[in-house]
Amino acid sequence: MKKANGYVFKYGDNVDTDVIIPARYLNSSDPAELATHCMEDIDKEFINKVKKGDIMVANKNFGCGSSREHAPIAIKAAGIDCVIAETFARIFYRNAINIGLPIIECPEAAKEIEAGDQVEVDFDNGTIKNITQGKEYKGQAFPPFMQKIIACEGLVNYINQKKEG
Amino acid sequence: MGMTMTQKILAAHAGLERVVAGQLIEADLDLVLGNDITSPVAIREMEKMKVDGVFHKDKIALVPDHFVPNKDIKSAEHCKCVREFALRNEITNYFEVGEMGIEHALLPEKGLTVAGDVIIGADSHTCTYGALGAFSTGVGSTDMAAGMATGKAWFKVPAAIKFNLVGKPSSWVSGKDVILHIIGMIGVDGALYRSMEFVGEGIKHLTMDDRFTIANMAIEAGGKNGIFPVDDLAIAYMKEHSKRNFTVYEADEDAEYEEEYTIDLSTLRPTIAFPHLPENTKTIDEVTEDIKVDQVVIGSCTNGRLDDLRCAAKVLKGRHVKKGLRCIIIPATQAIYLQAMEEGLIKIFIEAGAVVSTPTCGPCLGGYMGILAEKERCVSTTNRNFVGRMGHITSEIYLASPAVAAASAVAGVISWPERL
Repeated sequence: MKKANGYVFKYGDNVDTDVIIPARYLNSSDPAELATHCMEDIDKEFINKVKKGDIMVANKNFGCGSSREHAPIAIKAAGIDCVIAETFARIFYRNAINIGLPIIECPEAAKEIEAGDQVEVDFDNGTIKNITQGKEYKGQAFPPFMQKIIACEGLVNYINQKKEG
Repeated sequence: MGMTMTQKILAAHAGLERVVAGQLIEADLDLVLGNDITSPVAIREMEKMKVDGVFHKDKIALVPDHFVPNKDIKSAEHCKCVREFALRNEITNYFEVGEMGIEHALLPEKGLTVAGDVIIGADSHTCTYGALGAFSTGVGSTDMAAGMATGKAWFKVPAAIKFNLVGKPSSWVSGKDVILHIIGMIGVDGALYRSMEFVGEGIKHLTMDDRFTIANMAIEAGGKNGIFPVDDLAIAYMKEHSKRNFTVYEADEDAEYEEEYTIDLSTLRPTIAFPHLPENTKTIDEVTEDIKVDQVVIGSCTNGRLDDLRCAAKVLKGRHVKKGLRCIIIPATQAIYLQAMEEGLIKIFIEAGAVVSTPTCGPCLGGYMGILAEKERCVSTTNRNFVGRMGHITSEIYLASPAVAAASAVAGVISWPERL
């Protein structure tokens, strides 16, 4: 799987799906439109500053709350290539895998990485390199089954490939 | 080592004799659920799959309930998409406006969820059906799509936390206070990835509506599911509402629990979650200053059932909502609405100066039907008080029981019936 390499947007504990994409915008399911409102209730500048390939880092229980898949869809469509957190809420975790947004759990990295750092993530072995700070961490690598789903860029392609196989 | 109730249900649905925590399994589904927000995304994903149609037209439930009756053109388009999909695939359990209700109140009432089931729903509060002894959990739209197409879902078998409930709750203490107390105790990620298994003699003092409320908010502690043993009350409920056969699973005596808590229900007090997390709980005794309230909402998949409306009516009867405060009451289903009318509850609400709405999730997630302005405060029987959840990002939500909400509507400040 291709490595992620980008600059970091940093958030705290319990970033919920209501702030990732507020429900007032859920009358749309268009990824590009959702992306324009991503994170706006806690970080109005995010969508103006984010560049394709950037990385989001947060502390514990990222993505808690609603099951809305619009949350990882908005993050991915905004250009984020990977989310690193201490822990993820379980529905967000599933949704991210299912839509092909790479995520990785690593408490040390989540704690020490700072906003604006340049970070590289190797998903094959779970290595997170903080290029700015010159530090390296070992994140929780995905079980092979989930790696296959992410490599297919989501559950739909995975199921289609399985049917063909 | 034995299995928990959750693990036994999952093992049976995966065709395995036993499973252990952490194991990845593929399980057969008894029901796949979606609403007007999550289903359109699921339908789009399913159309990309190389399948002819849905796995079983009777085992899918589509309930437009979040933004219906349609709040704007975009919502109307979403509902139209769901309606046309239901028609095209001859989905038996599609519930149109007029027969719909808030999904997690509606499905048990319609007899579609019973003990022993494995249920996924593209709505985080799908965990509600654990009250009947089912394994049910929230997923996203793509999981829903795969579930509709294949009748299967992948799961990581959860480890468990045991909550031993003992004693009898005092008056004005309800299921909402029990679950808010628990979330306050273990935190919003206290049960992350794990099942919350409720056991103990105290359960017999909890009505089915109390249990639905408790299981409903398992997700607010990060839980994968919440589940209750199947007792006579649960069996009577299922026999009254469902024609389906059900299977009762019991935890093994040597089942493994990562943590165990004992909660004496008789010691619990009315509990309120302060902004902006459900874990920021205080008992009513700790609320010593006047906290002025602009709006009260009584309803939602958490607290829009008959017990909740009866409790609110008991408080509001012969009293009036504080001048300048809006009190919005939303029966969760048409059947609950009708029964509330027959019992005279709706009359009590309207005479008290409350407004009564058709079933909708509307205000709970800041959709419509009660949005908060800048710096406004709401006491709500709903389930989340995150930043901006019900409106402006500076507004504040206080989560509470129907008794506390109704009393606060009368007092104009956070209160409870014994303080009126």
